[in-house]
Amino acid sequence: MQIWLLILGMLVITFLTRYSFFAWPNLRFPRLVEQGLHYVPVAVLTAIVVPGMLMPAGEWAMNWHNAYLLAGVLSILIAALTRNLLATIAGGLLFFFLLRWAFGQLPL
Amino acid sequence: MSRSQEFLHGCRDILPLIVGAIPFGIIFGTLAIGAGLSSWQAMGMSALVFAGSAQFIAITLITGGVGAAVVLLTTFVVNLRHALYSASMQPFVRHLPSRWRVPLAFWLTDEAFAVIQHRYARDDASPYKHWFFLGAGLTMYLSWQLATLAGIAFGQAVPNVASWGLDFAMIATFIGIAVPMMRTRPQVASALVAAGVALLTWELPYKLGLIAAALAGIIVGVWLERRAERQLQAEAC
Repeated sequence: MQIWLLILGMLVITFLTRYSFFAWPNLRFPRLVEQGLHYVPVAVLTAIVVPGMLMPAGEWAMNWHNAYLLAGVLSILIAALTRNLLATIAGGLLFFFLLRWAFGQLPL
Repeated sequence: MSRSQEFLHGCRDILPLIVGAIPFGIIFGTLAIGAGLSSWQAMGMSALVFAGSAQFIAITLITGGVGAAVVLLTTFVVNLRHALYSASMQPFVRHLPSRWRVPLAFWLTDEAFAVIQHRYARDDASPYKHWFFLGAGLTMYLSWQLATLAGIAFGQAVPNVASWGLDFAMIATFIGIAVPMMRTRPQVASALVAAGVALLTWELPYKLGLIAAALAGIIVGVWLERRAERQLQAEAC
């Protein structure tokens, strides 16, 4: 029973944070906030990606056996050159699993 | 594009992110059972809360015997970034009635935000972009439920699912979305600062480092953009 109450509490909190700005459709932001919102995707995505590449297991891994780092750098190159999402995902994943296979990091 | 085309493109574009999320759903299902939740409670959390990071942390805290108030406070802190997404998407959904805004907000996850803002950033005048949002959100939601179910059923039978590194699908997708957006100097600076702060604040609990990194990146981007504007104005005088 207590778990269900906890789940309902989490539902309310999670929904309210996501709905917060949707709740007032007539709310217009000052120009400063409008400008700031343009930087949200790049800032958030980079803040997720870079630690994911440099510390995939929660600690620094700046070495030649870190497939996340090597395949991540290749993905950045593909994305910068082609600006194509599918090519980036396909190329990055292919190279990633080839590296993991070559390093013996796959549970085969 | 028609409504159904937008919807199907939404379903399609979020697929790579689903590949990355499925292992987490499976692991969540497994851990939830391990923490003493019933199958219905584990499914209920995925179906009603639908927030991977918050669900994981809640399970960890429940296992540690922490009280409900702490779990709820942690849920709030971990989900603060969703308020940023909500603010970011608001200009695009404000014309919709609440029967649209309520479910779309419920499905506004990290993954959905990434592909949806990518869609809205394309400057075609399609009036049905919210159908893309719906398709992406709904596909992510159904996959998360199936992954949780699979975790409850088979999780313990396949203990190595975490070591495959399927989470790289998420990293590659985010790179593919973010890098082409870095066209101006303030955007590049914003990314570099966000990356630096994220690495420096990695030790902070509850993803607070992610929020700090995002805010630092946003502030630097706006600051540089405004400085460039002032210089242009000064030259014009």
